[in-house]
Amino acid sequence: MAFIEPADKLRPVQPRSHAQAAAAVYDPATGAQPTVAHASTGGAESSAFGTAPTASAGDATSSLATGRLAAIARGEPIEAAIHPSVALEDPVLEVDNFCLWYGAKQALFNISMAIPRGKVTALIGPSGCGKSTLLRSVNRLNDLIDTVRIQGQMRLNGDSTYGAGVDVIDLRKRMGMVFQKSNPFPMSIFENVVYSLRIDGERDRRVLNEVCERSLRGAALWDEVKDRLHESGLSLSGGQQQRLCIARAIAAEPEVLLMDEPCSALDPIATGKVEDLIQELRGAYSVLIVTHNMQQASRTSDYTALMYMGRLLEYGKTSDLYTKPRLKETEDYITGRFG
Amino acid sequence: MSSSISGATAAPPPATGGPSKPRSVSQRRPRATSSLLANGEPMIWLTGGALATALAMIIGLLALVIFRGMATFWPSPVVQIRTSDGRTMLGEITTHEHYRPSDELLATLPPAAAAKIRAELEASDGQAGRRLLRTGNYDLNATHFQWINDALVTEETTPEWAMVLERQSWGRFYGEPKSLLVDDQAAATGPAETWERFKTEHPAVRARLADRVDLAKHQLGAVSRKKDAARLAIVQARLDHGEDSPQHQAAVAEMARVSEWEAGENERLMAEIRKLDDENARYKMLMVTADGREQQIPLEEIVRAYPANQLGGAGRSGVYLSRWGEFVSADPREANSEGGVFPAIWGTVAMTLIMSLLVTPFGVLAALYLREYAKSGIIVSILRIAINNLAGVPSIVFGVFGLGFFCYVVGLRVDQLFFSAELAEHTPTFGTGGILWASFTLALLTLPVVIVTTEEALAAVPGSMREGSYACGASKWQTIWRIVLPRALPGIMTGMILAIARGAGEVAPLMLVGAMKSAPELPIDGVFPFVHPQRSFMHLGFHLYDLGFHSQNSEAARPMVFTTALLLIVIIAVLNIVAIRVRTRLRKRYGASHA
Repeated sequence: MAFIEPADKLRPVQPRSHAQAAAAVYDPATGAQPTVAHASTGGAESSAFGTAPTASAGDATSSLATGRLAAIARGEPIEAAIHPSVALEDPVLEVDNFCLWYGAKQALFNISMAIPRGKVTALIGPSGCGKSTLLRSVNRLNDLIDTVRIQGQMRLNGDSTYGAGVDVIDLRKRMGMVFQKSNPFPMSIFENVVYSLRIDGERDRRVLNEVCERSLRGAALWDEVKDRLHESGLSLSGGQQQRLCIARAIAAEPEVLLMDEPCSALDPIATGKVEDLIQELRGAYSVLIVTHNMQQASRTSDYTALMYMGRLLEYGKTSDLYTKPRLKETEDYITGRFG
Repeated sequence: MSSSISGATAAPPPATGGPSKPRSVSQRRPRATSSLLANGEPMIWLTGGALATALAMIIGLLALVIFRGMATFWPSPVVQIRTSDGRTMLGEITTHEHYRPSDELLATLPPAAAAKIRAELEASDGQAGRRLLRTGNYDLNATHFQWINDALVTEETTPEWAMVLERQSWGRFYGEPKSLLVDDQAAATGPAETWERFKTEHPAVRARLADRVDLAKHQLGAVSRKKDAARLAIVQARLDHGEDSPQHQAAVAEMARVSEWEAGENERLMAEIRKLDDENARYKMLMVTADGREQQIPLEEIVRAYPANQLGGAGRSGVYLSRWGEFVSADPREANSEGGVFPAIWGTVAMTLIMSLLVTPFGVLAALYLREYAKSGIIVSILRIAINNLAGVPSIVFGVFGLGFFCYVVGLRVDQLFFSAELAEHTPTFGTGGILWASFTLALLTLPVVIVTTEEALAAVPGSMREGSYACGASKWQTIWRIVLPRALPGIMTGMILAIARGAGEVAPLMLVGAMKSAPELPIDGVFPFVHPQRSFMHLGFHLYDLGFHSQNSEAARPMVFTTALLLIVIIAVLNIVAIRVRTRLRKRYGASHA
């Protein structure tokens, strides 16, 4: 079953001890709704950010760590707990001190992380924590929103993606993206898959056919649709449509495959198929997947990053993160005690 | 999860209520059941009634137009009426009504009849009956219709051989056939024999007439066009190279040659025409009217003839269908009140199609800029309001603009550039109303509709599709061209349908920019360059107006008004149905469920 968090569960926790924090979430007797603290008051404060010294990371049991959520609620900078295992991997995408604002509201705070090549990396965190925003910053889809402002840097295979003179269109052609809701284009299955080649002006039928078959096989859809490639992409079922979108995303051999909650609109069987597919894509593609579903993250990903209110909290091997998290907050989130 | 929350808030009323006791049912404020408004029934009646009234009016209008329009061509029996004042009339009864005759009228009647009417008037509360008889024979009687007072009628019969002749000119003729004359010799005598002979001779005569019309209209026309061209060439040479220049002299020489050729050609064609005329002139039908007068009618004058009182259901249907056939395929005659409306149908459809072809791309491009490229702000908002307001500008204003701008400014410029010789002769080519300028004017008129609906259709394209396209590395224009436009096509079609519905029914602006009462030459024909967008044209809406208000024979024109209205409605409906079918197909193809 899709694990969908109601938005009202996103509560900043008042500064108090471990026990109290846990109790506050569990105790319905008080009935008191904690006031929702809005993410920092504005850019002025936040832009001065990043240079400030932060609490020592990795000290999971210290009272400083306990105060992380509180510190975030106060708008203070915190440092992410990034496991050393991440540094051992060859990064395909590096995010460097990345901040993002929607108008005056800051949505991402000094995110720094490296996405390993050929692995599946999951972004988890409560609703509104900035997972999708981070994902959409990678292929610069956020550029479409007029009010977005960014600071910091990203590098795809060493090439800066936000530098001056970067061609956004070329950049996007190096990535594939799969969306929360399947969005096949109003055209045939075949044309859907080869869309990215078509816009590059590819006309060679042989090349198109080959790419179409390879991509559909890659998306485990070939056997289901090989006899009706020229029917509308919208005639497929929901799960098939999502796999069609995956086929479309991998048709151009992307350097990074971005997935934005690809299973949240699917039934359990279709979800299972897409999850299996993600497993198969591992190795051939570097996948960055946003998910709400922590079981899904644990099942499909090699690495997991936990985000909270625009900050990266902890990032490491999925197995490590789930079994021996560095931070108390991570443990609380994974066990469902907050978030 | 949410159910537990709602349960939690629903459960504690006793606690939150505190010490106060829960209210019992009887303590509640009494509901105002007496108020009709409160339980909503009157609003159902009010809203439902409004809908029903609107429907009734629309259905009534359609029913009237359909019934009257369909009935026009049905042949009714021909009656012969004798009156007490000694007249005998033959014709079709078109209406019967009650009226109050004036005393002066009664004074002119024979005393017996007047007394009868007076008695009738007293008995029926001052109302006398009268009928309108279509007596035709305008060449003899100088009237098409006659009112006959019921009281004067002494005898009403339906003669077996009463015939209706529809003529090329002078309207209908009612009478009995006496003989068919060939070279002024009776080739057949007696009604039956004459009618049989007529049926064998008439098609050949009509075929010769068609040949003659073709000769006169096309071949003679072609000859005179050549001469016109030669004459214009002289003017052109004079304008371009000056008087007595070699070119001018060459043109004059050419003119002399053409004149000579034209004289010979005219001679030849006229001889052919005369031969056909002479042959046709041999055949005449001698008819006897109800009051005993004889009239010779040349066979080629007769469009259609039938013995009205002998026709069975099949015969009547034949006449009915033949009249419909003529109506939709022939040119009008008798100042538009008879014959067909083919040029008007052609003009309406062609103008509407040209208009759609002009307005759709233009409107879609404008809407694309507004929706996809323009940064939303105060200027765009003002622009939107302005476009919406443009849709409310009275259409005659567009007509004035079309005349002033397209005809007099653009058209004049075109004439100066390409038709200077014609202009020097004071015959504007594009500088006057024509089907092209009319289409431009209506395109302008319907532009706001297309822009607004297209914008809505573009806005309805899901953002996820655009994002998907951008994520594949498509540029903005690629996204618009490959994703947004196909998906919005059904909505754009909706705009086109609305534009057609609006444009095809407009008359007022057309009167200024090229619609004519009579324009026998279609803008597309066999004459080089085959397409003549500068020509004026006929339009069903304008034809309707002309028929209804400017017809000399208004009684005969009135049923034609309904028939023409019916045709106009049918044509607009057909255009719309075609567009709607195309839209349905597009919708299936591109999977858009919205409008």
